[in-house]
Amino acid sequence: MRAVAVVGFSQSPSLRREPDRNEVEILIPVLQSLREQTGVSGADCDFICSGSSDYLAGQPFAFVSGLDAVGAWPPVSESHVEMDGAWALYEAWVKIQTGEAETALVYGFSKSSMGDLPITMALQLDPYSVMPLWPDAISIAGLQARHCLEAGLMTHRDMASVAVRDRAHAKDNPNAQLKGDWTVDEILSEAFLVNPLRRSDCAPISDGASAILLAAADRAGQICDRPAWIRGIEHICEPMELGVRDLGRSRSVEIAAEKAGVASDKIDVAELSAPFTHQSLLVEKALGLAGDTLVNPSGGALAGNPLMAVGLSRIGECASRIFSGAADRAVAHATSGPCLQQNLVCVLEGE
Amino acid sequence: MQDAGPESPVSVLEARISLKYDYSAGQSASRFLRAIERGKLLGQRCPVDGRVYFPSRGSCPQHAVTFGDEVVELSDKGTIVTYSIVRVPSANIPLALPYIAANVLLDGADTILMHVLDAKPDQVHMGMRVQAVWKPRAEWTTSTANIMFFRAIDEPDADYESYKEHI
Repeated sequence: MRAVAVVGFSQSPSLRREPDRNEVEILIPVLQSLREQTGVSGADCDFICSGSSDYLAGQPFAFVSGLDAVGAWPPVSESHVEMDGAWALYEAWVKIQTGEAETALVYGFSKSSMGDLPITMALQLDPYSVMPLWPDAISIAGLQARHCLEAGLMTHRDMASVAVRDRAHAKDNPNAQLKGDWTVDEILSEAFLVNPLRRSDCAPISDGASAILLAAADRAGQICDRPAWIRGIEHICEPMELGVRDLGRSRSVEIAAEKAGVASDKIDVAELSAPFTHQSLLVEKALGLAGDTLVNPSGGALAGNPLMAVGLSRIGECASRIFSGAADRAVAHATSGPCLQQNLVCVLEGE
Repeated sequence: MQDAGPESPVSVLEARISLKYDYSAGQSASRFLRAIERGKLLGQRCPVDGRVYFPSRGSCPQHAVTFGDEVVELSDKGTIVTYSIVRVPSANIPLALPYIAANVLLDGADTILMHVLDAKPDQVHMGMRVQAVWKPRAEWTTSTANIMFFRAIDEPDADYESYKEHI
C-alpha cells in the first residue's frame, strides 16, 4: 500500500437554502480556498473525482457543469460518483494506489433544498415493491428508530442527548447550520415530526460543498506540514431491502471499522455522517468508540447536512484536527442509502 | 396491456415519478438570461487571458477563476465558423428542411454560439457574415430562443485568420 494523506480541506457554509448561487458558484470559492491553502490547483492534480446527484440537481449530467469550477481545459483526468464525495475520495485513493496519480482533487456538492428531499430520497428504495408506495425518508428512518426503541437498544433521552451534544459542538464551527445550547428536556418536549422522531432527531436540509486534496507519500509533506495519513479506508454495503437487514445494528459499519483498523489504537476524534440521532448511536456503537473519543466536534451531519458533501466533510473535519495537532488519530464515517445501508469508514493519523 | 394470465411474467410496471424543483439558474446565468430577455447579449471577460466568453457564465472553465461583475455587451452580428447541413426534421426548429446548423462567432466574443442559420445549402460558407433574426419583442423571454435563427448580411466575408482558432 502506498501512503496517501489528506493535505487540504475546504468547505462552504451549510445553508438551509442558497437563494441565488447554483452549484458551480457554491463550489468555486471552496476550490479557490483549497488552492490558496495548498498551493495546488485542480488543474495541477493528476486526478479529479467528484460526488453529486442528478436527482438532487434536477437535471441530467449535472456534475459536468461542476468541472467549470475546476478548469478542465486543457482536458483533465476526471471521474465522478453518483454518491457522497467520501466515495469519490475512495476512488481517488485507489487511483493513487495504482501509481497513476500522485495528487488528487476530490469534491462533493449539492443543493438538497431544491426538491422535496424526503420524497426524492424514496427513489433509492426498491423500485418494484417499495418505491411505488413513495415512503418518505423520514418515515423510513422512523421505522428504524421505532425498532431501536422497542428493542431496548436506546431511549428517547439517549437520542435527544445526541442532538444536544452535536448542536453544542457546532457552536465552534462557523460553517454549521444548526448550533446552540439546548437541553435534553427541551428536545423531549418537542412534538413528534414522524413518531418516534422529533425534528431535532433529524439532520437539517442543507446546500453546500466541500473539497479535499489528497497526495501520495513524498508530495504530501511538501504540501502540508502535518498531513493526515489515511491508515485505513473501507466501504461496505448491505442489501437495499430493509426487511432482510438488522436495523438495530450496523453490520456494515462494524465490518468497515474492522477492515480500516479503527480498534488498533486510541481514537481521539470521530466525525459521523449519521443524519438521525438514533443512527448516530448505532454508528458510534458499531465503530466501537471508547468513552474518551470526542464525537462530532464539528457538530456532524446533525448540524449541517449538504448531501454529497457531508461525508467528505467528515473526513475533512478529522483531517483539520490532525493538521492543527488537536488530534493524532481520528475516524471519519460516511453513509449512503436508507437506514445506513452503505457505510464508509476512514482512519486518519498524524505522523 | 393484455392480461396473459397469472402464470405469465409481468412485463410492465408503471411507477410514475413526478419531482418538483425550486430551481435557481445561478447568479451569472440569471444575469445573462435577464439581459437576453431585453434583447441584449452579454459575455464576460476572463481576467487571466482576456478572452470573452459567451454566454456570460460567471467563471472561466479554463482557469477556474470567477469573472466578477464586469460584463461585455456583444453585437448580434457574427461570422460562420463552421456549419452542417441538416436534412432530418427536429422539433422546435423554426426552419424548413434542409436548414443549416452553424457555429457563430459573435463580434467581440472568443467562444462560439451554436445556432441555426436560414440559408440555402449552396450559399453557406465559412467566414460568411450573419446577423441574428429575433422573435417579435412581445415574445421575448429569458431564453436564447429569442433569437429565431441567423441570416446572411451584405458584408464581405471575414478574414480566415479572424476565426481560424475556433474551427
